[in-house]
Amino acid sequence: MEPGLYNYWVAIVLMMIGLYTVIARSNLIKKLIGLSIFQVSVFYLYISMGKVTGGTAPILGEGILIYSNPIPHVLILTAIVVGIATSALGLAIVVRIQEAYHTVEEDEILEQDRAL
Amino acid sequence: MIDAHLPVLQIVVPLMAAPICVLLRRKTMTWAFAMLVTLFSFGIATQLLSKVLSDGVVSYALGGWAAPIGIEYRVDVVNAFVLLLVTIIGSVVLFYAPPSVANEISGERHYLFYASYLLCLTGLLGITITGDAFNVFVFLEISSLSSYTLIAMGRDRRALLASYQYLILGAIGATFIVIAIGLMYMMTGTLNMADLADRLPAMFETRTAMVAFAFLTVGVLIKLALFPLHMWLPNAYCYAPSVVTAFLASTATKVLIYVFLRFTFTIWGAEFVFETLNLDAFLIPLALIGIYVASIAAIYQTNVKRLLAYSSVAQIGYMMLGIGFVSVTGLTGGIVHMFNHAMMKGALFLAVGCVVLRVGSAELADWKGLGRRMPVTMAAFVLAGLGLIGVPLTAGFISKWYLILAALEKGWWPVAMLALISSLLAVMYVWRVVEVAYFQKPDEDVEIKEAPLQMQISMWILTLATLYFGVSTDLTVGVAKQAAEWLLGVTP
Amino acid sequence: MKHQSIPRVMSKIFIPLIMLFALYVQFHGDFGPGGGFQAGVIFAAAVVLYALIFGLDEAQQVVRPAAIEVLVALGVLIYAGTGVVSLFLGGEFLNYNVFDAHHPAHGQHLGILFVELGVGITVAAVMMSIFFSFAGRGHK
Repeated sequence: MEPGLYNYWVAIVLMMIGLYTVIARSNLIKKLIGLSIFQVSVFYLYISMGKVTGGTAPILGEGILIYSNPIPHVLILTAIVVGIATSALGLAIVVRIQEAYHTVEEDEILEQDRAL
Repeated sequence: MIDAHLPVLQIVVPLMAAPICVLLRRKTMTWAFAMLVTLFSFGIATQLLSKVLSDGVVSYALGGWAAPIGIEYRVDVVNAFVLLLVTIIGSVVLFYAPPSVANEISGERHYLFYASYLLCLTGLLGITITGDAFNVFVFLEISSLSSYTLIAMGRDRRALLASYQYLILGAIGATFIVIAIGLMYMMTGTLNMADLADRLPAMFETRTAMVAFAFLTVGVLIKLALFPLHMWLPNAYCYAPSVVTAFLASTATKVLIYVFLRFTFTIWGAEFVFETLNLDAFLIPLALIGIYVASIAAIYQTNVKRLLAYSSVAQIGYMMLGIGFVSVTGLTGGIVHMFNHAMMKGALFLAVGCVVLRVGSAELADWKGLGRRMPVTMAAFVLAGLGLIGVPLTAGFISKWYLILAALEKGWWPVAMLALISSLLAVMYVWRVVEVAYFQKPDEDVEIKEAPLQMQISMWILTLATLYFGVSTDLTVGVAKQAAEWLLGVTP
Repeated sequence: MKHQSIPRVMSKIFIPLIMLFALYVQFHGDFGPGGGFQAGVIFAAAVVLYALIFGLDEAQQVVRPAAIEVLVALGVLIYAGTGVVSLFLGGEFLNYNVFDAHHPAHGQHLGILFVELGVGITVAAVMMSIFFSFAGRGHK
């Protein structure tokens, strides 16, 4: 395990934790949390690969010669907003599900649907 | 001045119309405004198609920043065709909408419905028209988020869980696409599609390229609902409002198939994908299994919307089968089936919406004797159903013809036979509905009126389109063939 | 929570400062981390803090939900409108250079300012709207 690649390892570990949570948990809110962790791992992957050795933050300043790549930062700003919109929408749907079914556990909801 | 800015107007007009719909709260005014906007978008799409057919590729640099540094909107034959398809369906389904929406969605939310519809339309058009890889993701999420909202507006409480499951799977798919785009950017330093096509070949040997392609394929396949990644589709289509099902069934998956075509043929190149990675050996079996499993599942359904949803999964299998052949005929078949299926499925779901308005349910048991009581609607249903089966003189026949021709060109007799036999399965599930509607007596003799004229007009536009494009194929097959040749880099 | 003195006093001190900081972040996106989205969220956070301490009804009297819906639409229209104005001035969509024909750099400043303003308004309104729609449901 090269020390130079640890950012990719962190991204992969977070990605797997997120995906596992989405798949394995039956509580709807936990699934959304897992989805958020999964998306954050992708942000981390992008931003960490935008770093230029010796570069500072990509904001124009006096006397600074090397900057990190600004494009990943811009892409991730957009992706963060998309992630927030997805989470907000997901939580809104969960609130409506809670009102309609009085539970947020997926197996109980499917149980109620099957009982119809 | 409009002519120079056509590509960007295609996006900006519906995009600005959506918040205006939020500001104009009244139901009829919002619908009328949305109708004007979709018709205007349809006009722009036809203009773009004729421009591309006569002048070649249309390119537009957003913000004045030239590609590859800036975001570029690039229209060639393939996307002009898909733009036309999406705007046609968008306008026809919106014209149909008011009675159905009034029946299925509570009055104070109608303006939000039309705003979400326009946002979904913007997203789909944006995915199609852009020439920048990350822009595809942004518009993909715009269309996906608005479709989750639209689906969750369904009457039945199961619409909420269906929308939630679609949200989770769709977000995972979109995030896989983002990972792929990130890896591609990491290797080449550019996000512009044409530039990626130039710089990627140098990277084909690396493991990163293969991983990027794998993430991309799986992400796109989740969103286009190819078997076995189709689990979100039946519930989402079944419980959504009828207008939403008709719109999404005819457009959302087709646009994702366009994304697949764009990334596979234009950016990565057919040699890498189909010869080095042998994706066709993976795609064709999956497509065939999908066709059979989904068609058989459709036969056993008791809810007409769910039956048609499984049928959609099967039809997506046909489209991917055509693409998997990687020949001009195969691609033509796949692309023309995108158009034809949109017409047929649109007509079918609009007919189901008419029945839901009058009868109140899409359960097959409630459709007994409808052939006598709603003759016009059921006639449209039968004609569009014949299109699904692939009866000659309907559009479905044209697509199946090209698919089987492509299989025979490659000498793959078994595949051609399997594609033919699957039409029999389509006969079985269409017959299920026809049998209940025409040959069974209704349980109670309730007075059921025919659907309102507004809804019938849209339904019949799409039904007659299936018949028209089964006979006069110049537009569909001509453009599809040009698109196929363009994608494969074959000079006609 | 308005009966507990420490949160009440501290929030009265902090809420204006948070709003001021949001405005700072909005306009300093050129020179440091910031911009429309961040500013919108910070501004909404101030209003959410107010709602948490002093009650949802009080907060909805300060920022009325109908007005928030209008602001959501308005912000998007400001953003897209900037692009359309640049179309009318002869450039492509969102080409900021045409805003000031003699000094394209000033045009860029102006363009970014308006665009970020639109983003900031929409994001603040959306965040507040999300909070109000979630918080208002438990009362039924």
